[in-house]
Amino acid sequence: MSKNKPNSVQKGGSPKRRMNFKVLGRVMKLLFKFYPVLIPIVAVCIVTSALVSAIPSVFTQKVMAIITRYLDSGDMNWSVAKTEILPLVGILIALYVVSLAFIVLQTQLMAYITQGFLGKMRKKMFDGMQNLPIKYFDTHKHGDIMSYYTNDIDTLRQLISQSLPSLLQAGTIVLTVLFIMLYYSIWMTLIVLLGVLGMFFVSKKFGGGSAKYFIRQQKSIAKTEGYVQEMMNGQKVIKVFCREEQVKEDFNAINVELCNDTMKAHAYANALGPVIMNIGNILYVICVTVGGLFLLLETPNLSIGPFPYFHLSFVIPFLNMTKQFTGNVNTVSQQINHIVMGMAGAERVFTLMDEQPEVDEGYVTLVNAEIAEDGTVKESRKHTGKWAWKHPHSDGTLTYTELKGDVRLFDVDFGYEEGKTVLHDVSVYAEPGQKVAFVGATGAGKTTITNLINRFYDIADGKIRYDGININKIRKSDLRRSLGIVLQDTNLFTGTVMENIRYGNLEATDDECIKAAVLAGADDFITRLPDGYNTMLSNNGANLSQGQRQLIAIARAAVADPPVMILDEATSSIDTRTEAIVQRGMDKLMEGRTVFVIAHRLSTVKNSDVIMVLEKGRIIERGNHQKLIEEKGTYYRLYTGSFELE
Amino acid sequence: MLKRLFGCVREYKKYAVYTLIFMVVEVIIDCLLPFIAAKVINNLQSEAGVDMGYIIKIGLILILMALISLAMGALAAMTAAKASAGFAKNLRHDIFENVQTYSFENIDKFSSASLVTRMTTDVANVQMSFMMLIRIAVRAPLMLIFSIVMAFIMGGWLASSFVILIPILAGGLLLIAKNAMPAFRRVFKKYDKLNESIEENVRAARVVKGFSREEYEKKKFGKAADEIQNDFTKAERIVALNSPIMQFCVYFNMIFVMIVGSMLAIKSGGTTINVGEMSAMLTYGMQILMNLMMLSMIYVMLTMSMESMKRIYEVLSEKTVLDNPKDPEYEVKDGSIEFKDVSFKYSAKAKKYALSDIDVKIESGMTVGIIGGTGSSKSSLVQLIPRLYDVTEGSVKVGGIDVRKYDIEALRSSVAMVLQKNLLFSGTINENLRWGNPNATDEEIREACRLAQADDFVMSFPDGYETKIEQGGTNVSGGQKQRLCIARALLKKPKILILDDSTSAVDTKTDALIRAGFKEYIPETTKIIIAQRIASVSDADLIIVMDNGKIADMGNHEKLLKTSDIYREVYEQQTNGGEDDE
Repeated sequence: MSKNKPNSVQKGGSPKRRMNFKVLGRVMKLLFKFYPVLIPIVAVCIVTSALVSAIPSVFTQKVMAIITRYLDSGDMNWSVAKTEILPLVGILIALYVVSLAFIVLQTQLMAYITQGFLGKMRKKMFDGMQNLPIKYFDTHKHGDIMSYYTNDIDTLRQLISQSLPSLLQAGTIVLTVLFIMLYYSIWMTLIVLLGVLGMFFVSKKFGGGSAKYFIRQQKSIAKTEGYVQEMMNGQKVIKVFCREEQVKEDFNAINVELCNDTMKAHAYANALGPVIMNIGNILYVICVTVGGLFLLLETPNLSIGPFPYFHLSFVIPFLNMTKQFTGNVNTVSQQINHIVMGMAGAERVFTLMDEQPEVDEGYVTLVNAEIAEDGTVKESRKHTGKWAWKHPHSDGTLTYTELKGDVRLFDVDFGYEEGKTVLHDVSVYAEPGQKVAFVGATGAGKTTITNLINRFYDIADGKIRYDGININKIRKSDLRRSLGIVLQDTNLFTGTVMENIRYGNLEATDDECIKAAVLAGADDFITRLPDGYNTMLSNNGANLSQGQRQLIAIARAAVADPPVMILDEATSSIDTRTEAIVQRGMDKLMEGRTVFVIAHRLSTVKNSDVIMVLEKGRIIERGNHQKLIEEKGTYYRLYTGSFELE
Repeated sequence: MLKRLFGCVREYKKYAVYTLIFMVVEVIIDCLLPFIAAKVINNLQSEAGVDMGYIIKIGLILILMALISLAMGALAAMTAAKASAGFAKNLRHDIFENVQTYSFENIDKFSSASLVTRMTTDVANVQMSFMMLIRIAVRAPLMLIFSIVMAFIMGGWLASSFVILIPILAGGLLLIAKNAMPAFRRVFKKYDKLNESIEENVRAARVVKGFSREEYEKKKFGKAADEIQNDFTKAERIVALNSPIMQFCVYFNMIFVMIVGSMLAIKSGGTTINVGEMSAMLTYGMQILMNLMMLSMIYVMLTMSMESMKRIYEVLSEKTVLDNPKDPEYEVKDGSIEFKDVSFKYSAKAKKYALSDIDVKIESGMTVGIIGGTGSSKSSLVQLIPRLYDVTEGSVKVGGIDVRKYDIEALRSSVAMVLQKNLLFSGTINENLRWGNPNATDEEIREACRLAQADDFVMSFPDGYETKIEQGGTNVSGGQKQRLCIARALLKKPKILILDDSTSAVDTKTDALIRAGFKEYIPETTKIIIAQRIASVSDADLIIVMDNGKIADMGNHEKLLKTSDIYREVYEQQTNGGEDDE
């Protein structure tokens, strides 16, 4: 019911281009909560395997040193040398085996954790969403809600499975290597750090450039999508007016713009890798040169290790370290973008999870009941076909009221937004067996009244009583269970026709569903579908006409067999002949019960007991058809066709 | 298919080629770097002591090389982005152009949502793969070959480890990809379904709440989400084997070089291999394995985007079923229409005919009403007149000539049709009306609006004809929209005007005024009016009653009241219908 909703309010805001540590902390907290044992294990695995992969250079260096020593000494005895070399290699192999085991464990666990986390998040989001009030769905674009489940969850996947582990890994390696480098030489380490500073500067510049254009690209994509959507929807109109050429021209302009933004965004992103890598190369060369210089001059060294002078034995491994160091810095810089995006995604997911759920303070519940001859109502455990309101009072007593479907509104005021009253002083009395109709222009408040009866929204002032009970006291799920609603925009679910009808009453047998379909006048066309009642519906029943969907929706409400039924433009797309059939069926079903009808087609409401004419949120005329015609007011003008609705 | 798609690169081919060239240069430098760097290292270690002049000279060369490589990398980054973004642009352009040639039958085939996805998500997928392809597809194999060659030159015997490692890694990666891909494809399909069901729930929030089915939906979703989670985990765990296999190969190479290398070095006294060469072997080994990994990534990415390519190709290869005839007629003589033995079905495969045995002759200037229930094929009938669909059998003649002999544009500009599902586009009212005739003067536009009873309400807007219409025309009422659509059609000055249930939201009085205007101001134009309301057609020269794809009855109002049961029934329903039930 988008038509009555206030302007949609976009919460959550645009993704911020900064690290949000609060969000990161919350993601970590959830990870720990879901996997209190596995997460530490994985962390240990990552750190260990990272350490192991940082250490080998020490061993290779030792081996190389041994070889150099042998070569220099001219002693070519392998059998002697191997007693020195093989143990070292042996340790290396042992380390590798451990590392491999850890890597296997870590990657397998990570796959498990990532998907588990996403699965749990999805369920959490969905469960939370089910508890949100209708207002949330009315005020948020459906596309935006969907993107929480698709785009944002996807960024989380990247964050958890890739970015966080590789950040931890690269961070460990960088720290280890840094420590080893400091062990060898503080001077040379300083040179390397200077280079790394340069890398950060460059990656910030390029990263910032690419982020700027990625955001622009995102906007261009939205624009293109909007344009294409509009044109594809209106494709038939374009054909009828032979506007193809004009449309192509307009599209080209938008298309070129998107192309330019994409190009720039990707150019920056692509360049980051090679640029950082080559800065690393230059840094390496500088280190080689400076190292050579220090060696030549036999400069005194400053280190936290036992190296008072520059010596070949550590200069060479140091050079290898440089490569490893810059390589890992590169890894970190490549992840920054993903992390920022992941944080933005997580933030948005959290806004959905943090939405205030619908509050329900109702304590009056609906129970199966047995009604004695003298009218006393008793609760029953069995399904009796009769229902009663079970009403606990503050003094501890219980009273039962038979469910009849008597709905009364007293002086109700209401506004979707504060200060904007949509309904003024609306009073409606609907007794069991009555058919009450609302007529009025779009925005007059017809649908709003029904939104209040089932408490999709709460009234601002006045009273609504259901069988004499204030509806605020009734538990919402029970209140809604006792009201059957058929809306103009029919929403069917993926599944068979039978399943869709049964949605109204999950315990209904096939026979009961078919009976409801017959009452709704839907049986005729359903049996003509390829698989009859077992025909699969998908995509909101796209393979049916709007009128047929409405018939199924009516059947769905009919099978619930509610004491009160609200038909909100429920037959608007059904031709007048079929509508007459539906009406006969519904009248039979609802005999002795309450029906609210909203329609702008007057033939739909003509036979109602009371017709309320609404204008700008006020009831301006009420009475049956005969009376309203005699009054010669708005209804009369509508009926005689001199006045246009909508 | 690939040929057709990659043909769309067109003018951006040169950027793709530049990318390849830059990449080749970059690869050569990248491969030479460790080679030359090894020289410096050896010099550092040489017994003769460090030759600083030599080191600085080589160092400068190395820096120069790094700078060139940096420049090449940056240039390639730019050209690759240009080529792929351009490719995507051309793809979107071609899809859009082709869709514009579609006939109604083609349009019915694709939902608008699926066309939008194809033009955005699918194109973006192909674009990313293409960029990967030109950046890495040359680079990786070149690096691979170069590294292998260098490894053998430098390491000789030592390089034999790659003979074992390459098949292990390549085989392992391929095996993973082969197993993971179908698993992923299955999961993604399920994932799409899951998202569809979320969307269904968001859209149907009122229904779910109305029936208090929140817990039921939660349970249903929980089950589906668990299933997806399990499937995803399975697929991801296969892919997670990638990194251990890779790591294993790196480790294996390391140990092999350590053991065999040191043995060779010591036994030969450093003649077959020296320390510098040993460390170079490690570097090359790393490069070889990394590039194998890259190749497997490309393989995965390409196969993954294959699905997108298929979907794009479907749209691109869809040929319009309505071709312009050779030597077409450009002149539509008058507004007479003749249906002769017409049968029609929407697709060749359909079993049921939407229309059958239609024979009607309509003279120029007549007003014809068509009435019938939902699904009686009223719309199908009139859509044959401007050749939105072609008849299956028989023929439709306009102005005495078969519609298939006309130039399509000429025919459609003489036959104005207001569709049942009519649409206004975002833009001003003026812009929307000029769809009917781009050269219409302001006075002509007002005149058309007066005739369609739209002028009054348009002038009541603060911005009059410059009022902006929002997407989907949400800021005008249904009746106003319909009247604007009629005015838009009138601006074509058509010989035949078809209104397909186009005044359903207009009140009966205005409806009558519109029809009276037609009679007075465009008497030569043939007017065909489909309506639900008897009042809209009762004064027509000829009324056609449709039922189940056939003409049930034909005649004027008085005659039909006497002869047609359906007509009489609808008439009674609408004039005093409700009272029957009371």
